[in-house]
Amino acid sequence: MKVLLRNPKRELEVKGPVRVHALLDRLEMHRDTVLVIVGDTLVPGDALLEDGDEVEIRPVISGGAE
Amino acid sequence: MKCTVCKGPAVIDVRRANANFCAEHFLKLCRDQVARAIKDFAMLSPSDRVLVAVSGGKDSLAVWDILLELGYQVDGLYLGLGIGDYSDSSGAFARSFASERGLHLVEVDLPTDHGFDIPTGAKAAKRVPCSACGLSKRHLFDEAARTGGYDVVVTGHNLDDEAAVLFGNVLHWQADYLGRQLPVLPARHGFPKKVKPLVRLGEREMAAYCVLRGIDYIVEECPMATGNKHLGYKEALNAIEAQSPGSKHDFYFGFLARASHRFTADSEAEQRELGACERCGAPTPGDVCAFCKLVARATSVPVELGRRA
Repeated sequence: MKVLLRNPKRELEVKGPVRVHALLDRLEMHRDTVLVIVGDTLVPGDALLEDGDEVEIRPVISGGAE
Repeated sequence: MKCTVCKGPAVIDVRRANANFCAEHFLKLCRDQVARAIKDFAMLSPSDRVLVAVSGGKDSLAVWDILLELGYQVDGLYLGLGIGDYSDSSGAFARSFASERGLHLVEVDLPTDHGFDIPTGAKAAKRVPCSACGLSKRHLFDEAARTGGYDVVVTGHNLDDEAAVLFGNVLHWQADYLGRQLPVLPARHGFPKKVKPLVRLGEREMAAYCVLRGIDYIVEECPMATGNKHLGYKEALNAIEAQSPGSKHDFYFGFLARASHRFTADSEAEQRELGACERCGAPTPGDVCAFCKLVARATSVPVELGRRA
């Protein structure tokens, strides 16, 4: 499956099937700091991602404060 | 994973609430939490003319959307800060949101209207970019609300933002800032009322709200914010939250309930002596307000204007 990462924007190829939590663990990402999106909707941590899925892992933390 | 409310398939977990939600019930949760914040802190009344400060990011577009869903009369205010491609993109998201929904978006462009951009202004004033940006935004929000006749300015600060700012203010015992760190700042001394309706929601929830509502927002981080202290505080708090869900909520709301009143005097003492800026008329403790000083410093050096004409 294709996995799109942001900030900076880059793409990974990951072999499925894999659960969302396992993918985030493998990428050393904390589940509370990202959303996982397949197509145009959210998928929960126990969802199974398959080969052929287009997955976006979107960071949610934004900064910028005086 | 099942929705805690309807037992249908869930799309998101909210760990601090120990609950999971389907799309429908998650969107209801967000609206309910905003409605509760508005009620608990007396933020808005139905007849208020409301101006929401929109950056093109998830929080400000989500709060605009939620307030409209709740029936408030809300216009948007977008400030072009002249931060290169980032400002071009963020402005495009704000304009698209407004035009697709037939909403009124007020625009102020710092390079065009005041002759400098944030990178130049920060350098000239020897401030970090986020400081020059915050100073400019506060001044321009106030000015836009005054000139437009708005009753209230809404900002998209969420629970994570407020907890991180509180963390920084406590670390350095910034007593006057602690006295002003409230979800509502009443109108006074020529400043409009300012409210933060997202204080009961975290930034992951706001990003999820936008995805589920089909709201396109700028995902890229402001290039000026990279490595700033605020992001460091968020990382520290997220590490605590991972071990103990609910810590950020308890930290912030515990402060509001038990400690913020102890700092009110520090904040009021600072605001007691305000007069009018001799250049722009804005409330200020000196002869010239901080924004007009920034403009003077920034425009006394060659300025590379933003690309937006």
